[in-house]
Amino acid sequence: MKKHNGLINGPYLVWTAAFIVIPLLLIFYYGLTDKSGHFTLSNIAEMGTPERMKALWLSLILSLLATFICLLMAYPLAMILAKMKTAMGFIVTIFIIPMWMNSLLRILAWQTLLERNGVINQFLRMAHLPEQHLINTPYAIGLGMIYDFLPFMLLPIYNSLLKIDSNVINAAYDLGANRWQTFWKVTFPLTLPGVISGITMVFVPALTTFVISDFLGGSKVLLIGNVIEQQFTQVGNWNVGSGLSLVLMVFILISMALMNHFDKSDEGAAGIL
Amino acid sequence: MKKVLSRIYLAFIFILLYAPILVLIILSFNDSKTRAKWGGWTLKWYQQMLLNADIMAAFRNTLIIALLSALISTLLGLLAAIGLNRMKRKSTRTVIMSALNIPMLNAEIVTGISLMLVFIAFGQFLNHWGYTIAFGFGTVLIGHITFNLPYTVLSILPPLSKVNVSTYEAALDLGCSSRQAFFRIVFPDILPGILSGFLLAFTLSLDDFVITHFVKGPGFDTLSTKIYTEVRKGIKPEMYALSTLLFVSVLALLLIFGRSRNEHKAASEKPVA
Repeated sequence: MKKHNGLINGPYLVWTAAFIVIPLLLIFYYGLTDKSGHFTLSNIAEMGTPERMKALWLSLILSLLATFICLLMAYPLAMILAKMKTAMGFIVTIFIIPMWMNSLLRILAWQTLLERNGVINQFLRMAHLPEQHLINTPYAIGLGMIYDFLPFMLLPIYNSLLKIDSNVINAAYDLGANRWQTFWKVTFPLTLPGVISGITMVFVPALTTFVISDFLGGSKVLLIGNVIEQQFTQVGNWNVGSGLSLVLMVFILISMALMNHFDKSDEGAAGIL
Repeated sequence: MKKVLSRIYLAFIFILLYAPILVLIILSFNDSKTRAKWGGWTLKWYQQMLLNADIMAAFRNTLIIALLSALISTLLGLLAAIGLNRMKRKSTRTVIMSALNIPMLNAEIVTGISLMLVFIAFGQFLNHWGYTIAFGFGTVLIGHITFNLPYTVLSILPPLSKVNVSTYEAALDLGCSSRQAFFRIVFPDILPGILSGFLLAFTLSLDDFVITHFVKGPGFDTLSTKIYTEVRKGIKPEMYALSTLLFVSVLALLLIFGRSRNEHKAASEKPVA
């Protein structure tokens, strides 16, 4: 069997090196050098301009809020769904279907609702109520994040609730715990791996999105994702773009480290599957 | 009382999820160019969409890329799973696994940028010999294979590690060649993992926007990037028609294939925007 090893390991190792490892190293290279290839930290310091700091703060605040609200909304929903009889399984499907629709179209739907001449304002006008300025605000972006990512919070929690052995819950009641105690001491800790993968699956995409802010923030509200995207597609300054990406990656690493700290299961990435 | 409350909560989330989609569907039949007015029912946006050569080309590209990238990433993932499963040294295995998982854990915008940088760098390198790299079909395909790879590996590796080595060795003792032993003993056990990895890769590829956006180059579009440019230009009612068609086909497919699969997809997918 030994002779086959090269044939088996070769293709994916080459692929991983060429399209995963080297690309990442290139970001480090561009982020830490200037146009002539000399080492510099100025690309990272570029994050310090007031405009970019504002975008970074807004991204952090909105993504944290969206993650928190998704968790608050998804947990009770997951509990209700998990308690349903299997014959009612189609109800679970109903809550998952929207996720299968192209996410750009889902955000387009909200644009249509929130616009100045959009559906919500039409209704307000018909009811002779004052029009609201909804689109191009941070609120609109936050709403878009919650709508877009809610299913990614719902599913891991739902799956981990399904795995709980009902005997464990009954044992807690038998031993005198009330509903509240049972939830906080038994149910919630058992679903923690689901909660944690839900949090990472919402937080990282929300922090780094540029589509949601493009569609719902116009060009008026910028997130850090927009700032970086523009460096590459419009400004064409790869060094600054890569430097800003490095800063962004620090926040992703911090969130992963925090999540690993809470998730004792030690499965790392495998927990997502 | 509790039951009533949970019903109300289900209804609330249901409306929140479906109202925007319903609005898109209704507007796709609106015979008025501005969304501000209802101009009666029409099917003309559907007709225009189907006659739009760009949208149809994007649709074709999306399907071809999804199919090819799912096939190739499943094949590479199978090799990787076999190779990793055989690897004796745990430390080497962990290093390779972590490298493979980077695209799954990292922000999509960073993966997209890093791939764009590496294609440009390879292009410059090949330029010395007079070759060039054209951004388009090939680069998008490579990008999709790359972000699919961790998902296919993680679908195939768990069933593979559970395969009983003794059965495989017994087959060898009884005179099977190693290839025969693999296809008769190991393959049937890991087939479900291979299939779910393939499906996962296919749907991830269908949905991707961010990575495609950075590696596609001008003149090549998938549905997601097409929607993005159309929406940024100002919403076209054709996009509403497209959403409706996609939503209806997703609904139909889910009804045909049943529910178990979406749970699997959802549990492992990473949000797109």
